[in-house]
Amino acid sequence: MCFQLCSNSLQNPVTFLCVSYVPADIISTVEFNPTGELLATGDKGGRVVVFQREQESKNQPHRRGEYNVYSTFQSHEPEFDYLKSLEIEEKINKIRWLPQQNAAYFLLSTNDKTVKLWKISERDKRPEGYNLKDEDGRIRDPTTITALRVPVLQPMDLMVEATPRRVFSNAHTYHINSISVSNDYETYMSTDDLRINLWNLEITNQSFNIVDIKPANMEELTEVITAAEFHPNQCNTFIYSSSKGSIRLCDMRASALCDNHSKFFEEPEDPSNRSFFSEIISSISDVKFSHSGRYLMTRDYLTVKVWDLNMESKPLETYQVHDYLRSKLCSLYENDCIFDKFECVWNGSDSVIMTGSYNNFFRMFDRNTKRDVTLEASRENSKPRAILKPRKVCVGGKRRKDEISVDSLDFSKKILHTAWHPSENIIAVAATNNLYIFQDKVN
Amino acid sequence: MDVSAEAKRIMAVSISKLYASRAQRGGMRLHRSLLLSVIMRSARDLYHSACLAKEREELGTAHLVPVTPEEDAMDTTANGEQVEVEVSQVEPEPESPLTPPIQEPMSSDSGAAQGACKTRTFSGKETVEDKENRSPVSPDRHSRKRRGKASVAPDFLPSKRARLSLELGEERVLRTGRRNCCRAGDAFTTLSLNSNRAIAAF
Repeated sequence: MCFQLCSNSLQNPVTFLCVSYVPADIISTVEFNPTGELLATGDKGGRVVVFQREQESKNQPHRRGEYNVYSTFQSHEPEFDYLKSLEIEEKINKIRWLPQQNAAYFLLSTNDKTVKLWKISERDKRPEGYNLKDEDGRIRDPTTITALRVPVLQPMDLMVEATPRRVFSNAHTYHINSISVSNDYETYMSTDDLRINLWNLEITNQSFNIVDIKPANMEELTEVITAAEFHPNQCNTFIYSSSKGSIRLCDMRASALCDNHSKFFEEPEDPSNRSFFSEIISSISDVKFSHSGRYLMTRDYLTVKVWDLNMESKPLETYQVHDYLRSKLCSLYENDCIFDKFECVWNGSDSVIMTGSYNNFFRMFDRNTKRDVTLEASRENSKPRAILKPRKVCVGGKRRKDEISVDSLDFSKKILHTAWHPSENIIAVAATNNLYIFQDKVN
Repeated sequence: MDVSAEAKRIMAVSISKLYASRAQRGGMRLHRSLLLSVIMRSARDLYHSACLAKEREELGTAHLVPVTPEEDAMDTTANGEQVEVEVSQVEPEPESPLTPPIQEPMSSDSGAAQGACKTRTFSGKETVEDKENRSPVSPDRHSRKRRGKASVAPDFLPSKRARLSLELGEERVLRTGRRNCCRAGDAFTTLSLNSNRAIAAF
């Protein structure tokens, strides 16, 4: 599988599809909708930008598969919590799409405290010929109306509008890190550091707390929840990961409050790898079920692990993302990079997993062939339709011509958020404030 | 000495990060603060072990007070040996900043996040099912210096508590840090209280 950069121009193949909408803000989340037709990004400024895939057209076969801006809206604004004297950031932490049930699209977007349900709909007709108001919208003088007419719908330029349909607020004391829609498509859960709440999509004034790990004495706090997700097929099952490197699977049929887990996944620590920063790098930054629901994947600072739901004692597979950083943990602690939260994604068939790294590198691991590849998302090294060249980091000794040494890595260029099309080999990679969309070379 | 110098440096870095996170937009992040406090505790334990090892070398005799073995310096999680040591010792005054470093491992956090005060740790272990309606343990009410439990320190006043607690402990630390004096042991003593307060502030 080789990846190629999409181009949005036939005439000038040098045009680079780097979707950096100006003013570009740091992208904080990327998510395809269930069909892959739409791609949503959230940024630090609270904006959501939705891209839509161009439809296949016989006239322009090269343009198939390219994503263009479909809708842009301000999802969250900065708020101020007067009680705590704290500013609530407008940064979008997560976006999750709802499955499409009618002509409109629905997505959930969340910042640290509030989840919102947005409806994105198209309008391509507008009514004309009102009796009581004229075309500009001004009210007509009733005395001038001499005849009645029936307003008719006239075509207009396509307009995509986003409206907030629900606002779910005031349910989280701590910062929301995840949202996940249940398979029943009626409920979803929102997760903060210590609690998980279950919501009904229709009801905004109440939510049910299903997990609460807050200790009675906060000084006894040893771990926090870092991510949570519903099972893709079973609406009663969900998992949540912790800062201590463990994953708990809960069944909502067992009890109303799921403080007691049904399964507990944890790998015993390798004593040879023990170091000062062991605990900090074992914190799980992302957890994802496979599409099949049979496996789950976790990302901690240096590795990605695939777990079998039926085996709690250790992961099925462990992949080293950037093990060369293990000896640099102290400086990564000082420059705050050790706190970076990388996400991980499955491809549609669960055969390949992908995650980001530093220097705008991202890594893919093929679970079947056990091959892995490092690719780079950067303007300088990519041209449209050029095949992405695999990169390699030189760990020690002689550095080959194309390799990059560990000390030359740019730690300010990190790829935390990536997304994989649900069925095709199209990936979206967020490199700080640029969005790259790559697709598999079509023969 | 290299180890202890490194540990001291990491402690200083951690403290400055914790302090900087207070001014961060969006407020203090619980997860980050927890990780920082874990690192601080580990660095402090490491520093103490290094100091003790050095002192043992200098004195050339075994200490009267059993101390945590050197291997435990790297341990960041609860160690059975440490817990036993703690239980068997007389509880020194946890609040006193002049507690010499030697006794510090005894009262310091040996568990994953045990408070410096043993009595509070034990009372804290009496887990009550109803977390939200739990009444505070009475000794806490009388002592204004206590970090306070969730019910006494309500969720909605984290910044005020953080200011109070950091004012008490941090000033000391910053002063000793700047002077780079040999009484760094005291700094770490108060820092042990600091790290717990940082979490309790939430």
